[in-house]
Amino acid sequence: MPIKSRLRRLFGHLDPALAGLLALLLLLSTVVVYSATGGSPDRMLAHFVNLAVALCAMLLVSLLPPQRLMQFTLPIYLLGLLLLVGVAVAGDVVNGARRWLNLGVTRIQPSELMRLAVPMMLAWYLHHRQETLSRKDFAVAALLLLLPVGLILKQPDLGTALLISASGVFVLFLGGLSWRVIAAAMAALIVLAPLAWEFMLHDYQRQRVLTMLDPSSDPLGAGYHIIQATIAVGSGGLSGKGWMQGTQAHLDFLPERSTDFIFAVYSEEFGLIGNLFLLLLYAAIVWRGLQLTANAPSLFGRLLSASIVLTFFTYAFVNMGMVSGLLPVVGVPLPLVSYGGTSMVTVLLGFGMVMGVAANKRLVKT
Amino acid sequence: MRLPDPHEDFLRFYRRLRLAGLGAALLLLALLGRFIWLQLIHFDRYHALAENNRIALVPAVPSRGVVYDRFGAVLAQNYSANTLEVTPDKAGDLDATLDRLATIIPIEAADRKRFKRLLAESKNFESLPIRLRLTEVEVARFAVNRFRFPGVEVRARLFRQYPFGESLAHVLGYIGRVNEKDLDALRASGQEANYRGSDHIGRLGVERSYEPWLHGRTGLEKVEVDASGRAVRTLSRTPPMAGHNLYLHLDSALQRVAQDSFGELRGALVALDPRNGGVLALVSRPGFDPNLFVDGIDPSHWHALNDSPDRPLVNRALRGVYPPGSTLKPFMALAGLETGARGPADSISDPGFFALPGSSHRYRDWKKDGHGVVDLKRSIIVSCDTYYYGLAHKMGIERMAAFLAQFGFGRKSGVDLDGELAGLLPTPEWKRKRFKQPWWPGETVIAGIGQGYTLTTPMQLAAATMAIANDGVIYKPQLIRAWTDPASGRTAYAAPQVLGRIPLRPEHLRLVKEAMMAVTQPGGTAAQVGAGAPYLIAGKTGTAQVVGMKQNERYDPRRVGQRNRDHALFIAFAPADAPKIVVAVMVENGGHGGSTAGPIAREVMDYWLLGKRPGTAVSLPEAVAPQEEQEDSGSDEASSPPNPEAGPLPLGETENAD
Repeated sequence: MPIKSRLRRLFGHLDPALAGLLALLLLLSTVVVYSATGGSPDRMLAHFVNLAVALCAMLLVSLLPPQRLMQFTLPIYLLGLLLLVGVAVAGDVVNGARRWLNLGVTRIQPSELMRLAVPMMLAWYLHHRQETLSRKDFAVAALLLLLPVGLILKQPDLGTALLISASGVFVLFLGGLSWRVIAAAMAALIVLAPLAWEFMLHDYQRQRVLTMLDPSSDPLGAGYHIIQATIAVGSGGLSGKGWMQGTQAHLDFLPERSTDFIFAVYSEEFGLIGNLFLLLLYAAIVWRGLQLTANAPSLFGRLLSASIVLTFFTYAFVNMGMVSGLLPVVGVPLPLVSYGGTSMVTVLLGFGMVMGVAANKRLVKT
Repeated sequence: MRLPDPHEDFLRFYRRLRLAGLGAALLLLALLGRFIWLQLIHFDRYHALAENNRIALVPAVPSRGVVYDRFGAVLAQNYSANTLEVTPDKAGDLDATLDRLATIIPIEAADRKRFKRLLAESKNFESLPIRLRLTEVEVARFAVNRFRFPGVEVRARLFRQYPFGESLAHVLGYIGRVNEKDLDALRASGQEANYRGSDHIGRLGVERSYEPWLHGRTGLEKVEVDASGRAVRTLSRTPPMAGHNLYLHLDSALQRVAQDSFGELRGALVALDPRNGGVLALVSRPGFDPNLFVDGIDPSHWHALNDSPDRPLVNRALRGVYPPGSTLKPFMALAGLETGARGPADSISDPGFFALPGSSHRYRDWKKDGHGVVDLKRSIIVSCDTYYYGLAHKMGIERMAAFLAQFGFGRKSGVDLDGELAGLLPTPEWKRKRFKQPWWPGETVIAGIGQGYTLTTPMQLAAATMAIANDGVIYKPQLIRAWTDPASGRTAYAAPQVLGRIPLRPEHLRLVKEAMMAVTQPGGTAAQVGAGAPYLIAGKTGTAQVVGMKQNERYDPRRVGQRNRDHALFIAFAPADAPKIVVAVMVENGGHGGSTAGPIAREVMDYWLLGKRPGTAVSLPEAVAPQEEQEDSGSDEASSPPNPEAGPLPLGETENAD
């Protein structure tokens, strides 16, 4: 049947297991966002629009063969870099940080583009140099990573800079960076960290770290978020207070409760059992993602997919760690759960690439 | 250079991918551990913290007891009104906030001054009134602009109001805002919790002495609040228990009459019911408006009151101490009779002065040439000084003091108001302690006519006079007559308290009473007081010296300054044969007692006994007398009178009700 085959051509690149797990996570997100926004019809409508846009983006990207992705890589990366420079020169300042670029028509945050562009670029570069891979190539790749990261740090946007760094480091690590260099880099990091603390971090960033270490030092200021979030998580207990019943969430004690701190709402209402379920869901997504990765035919595909999946995991870990008081507060949403379109589109675009890469292999095989 | 081996590269990728997966798994386990730590191991702690967050205990302030007079007229009451309040630590720059507020709601300079004063004596997180009694329009205007004023709120509050204003200021006192000192005292007495949420506390008068009764018991409301502290819903509520309503012996109309009869004069009046010690009227002139104090008096009013030479803030009835002058003579006469120093028929020949044996110093009678032959009865009627100079000398100061002490001189009357002074009944022992000097015989002589060291308050004079009227029985003067417990709705009456029964022989009493009755008849020093009265008045005039006179100087009221003129005193009870009212009047710088203090007492007695208002015709046919006493005629609820010092009422009893 023509319709059936057309549907197969449209959806055929999606991995049913991964797509199913992602759908489950998005369903969970809808439930939690409903509670966190108090069931506001406007916000729910926006949430569904975000979902639709992000899913379409995933579907479209999954249809692209890796070769096409590789063709786009360099232009996207250069465009992203250009926009970042534009931000540094003429960006809009919001809340003390220069992150947005006003294009006249609309305002964009180029660092979002780099979340995918950086791993793509590094994977692309290592792929091209794979026949004669040397330390010099890794040095160039590191430079390709540090350039955008430096610009983002300058904005300043520590959270995004760190996570983009992570996505690049994953590519370098999986691409075969020698352990000796890794050890040297870590040693350098340990030496340089105090210097960076002193000279590169902004006061508010330093404060966030200090506050994380001792939230009670500033219970009404920076420590308030952490304290209230920790109380929300802890008071959820084993089985939670029930959906829409979280007192911390519904009495306004939780800040940013539909975005960065949505995990506190979830945790308070669904308890340890709910958390365990969410952890298993994330683990399953990562597991399935890495499975698909391992089967990718090209180095570019492997490195890109693995970086995307591991970065996804990193986002989830950092967010949950931050909300439960293990990590300092960095502005990172809980991937595919937090309310907000940009993050959702970026993450699902990534998974579209992962599935596209894997599907290409399957198609080649059959 | 090593040749790349695609297979080796692939295996390395695979190994490292596994390593990354393993790392991810470990991190997930770390998160799981953290969740177990928070949600299982420390659940109780975080549960408690979350409950603390959402549940606030809000005190429910009881409404203060209402004070009524004996006929049910409201003397102190509550009313609800909107106030504009500022919480300083939430409002930021206070002056700027007030300036901006003033653009939408009128704020007077006096409001600001009062606010500054409150600010100085309060803690920053307390909400303080900047404007009282907002109109509906002002409330609405603020509501629209509320978002511009963090820390500023309109609140409905109960206010205290004293409808009789100045007339009862010295009886009722007033309530003032709870300050640091009050809090310390409340903490010390374990009453702090009951005052959570209470802004006011009794400061003076009845409001103060019956504070634990009037205040009531604070209730508690458990409310769920959101992060900004706004109450979302009530979870549970223990209702507050309103304070007791008090009924005083006092008659507000009589009080008015008494106050008005002073006119512009300064002084004090105490009227007691001799049958139970009830305080029928208690006047101290000038007075002040207690309503000014309720929410913090503004400094200009305060200075006007505090710095006035007339000292309106001093309660002269309880705290004004004056030499009793000749009003002491009836008591001295009883002393002479009871101790046997004088017989009823003993008489002296008065040359106009008294001299101690072997001394040329002359103690002068007020009448230059003397009163001639004077017996005891006549000594009171004409107020003969010489008679009492000799009597005092004969009795000696110690016997005198011991006898007079029975009437309550030199001791607080025990009236249920704070701040009463004890006056002074001097003895040689007292003088040794006080001045380290021996007692001189001349001091005994002048003590005989109530001059020298002897000091009494109008309240003491009234209580002592009550003892004569009652044939020796002294009741504790009491303002409170009854109270209503809001929990049960039951009314209990304060039983009269006998302070003492002075053993006096009836024939002696009769003699002194007859003399006192004659004082208000033609020929007596207060003949004008008794003129035309359809009932018998027993009285005694008195004059208390303000400045001492030299040996040969005569007192001339025209030559001394107004404030150095003698104080006029008058004590009386009526009807003399079956007394229903005892009055003691003191008029500062009023000159002779019979002419200034006496008429005031007469107006009070006329109103009380005849229902006659001053200025109306003397012979009112069948005048309507105020309602008769009730509590003596076998009220079933008579119980011991309140003792405010014993602390709050047994409020726990309501919990045992079932």
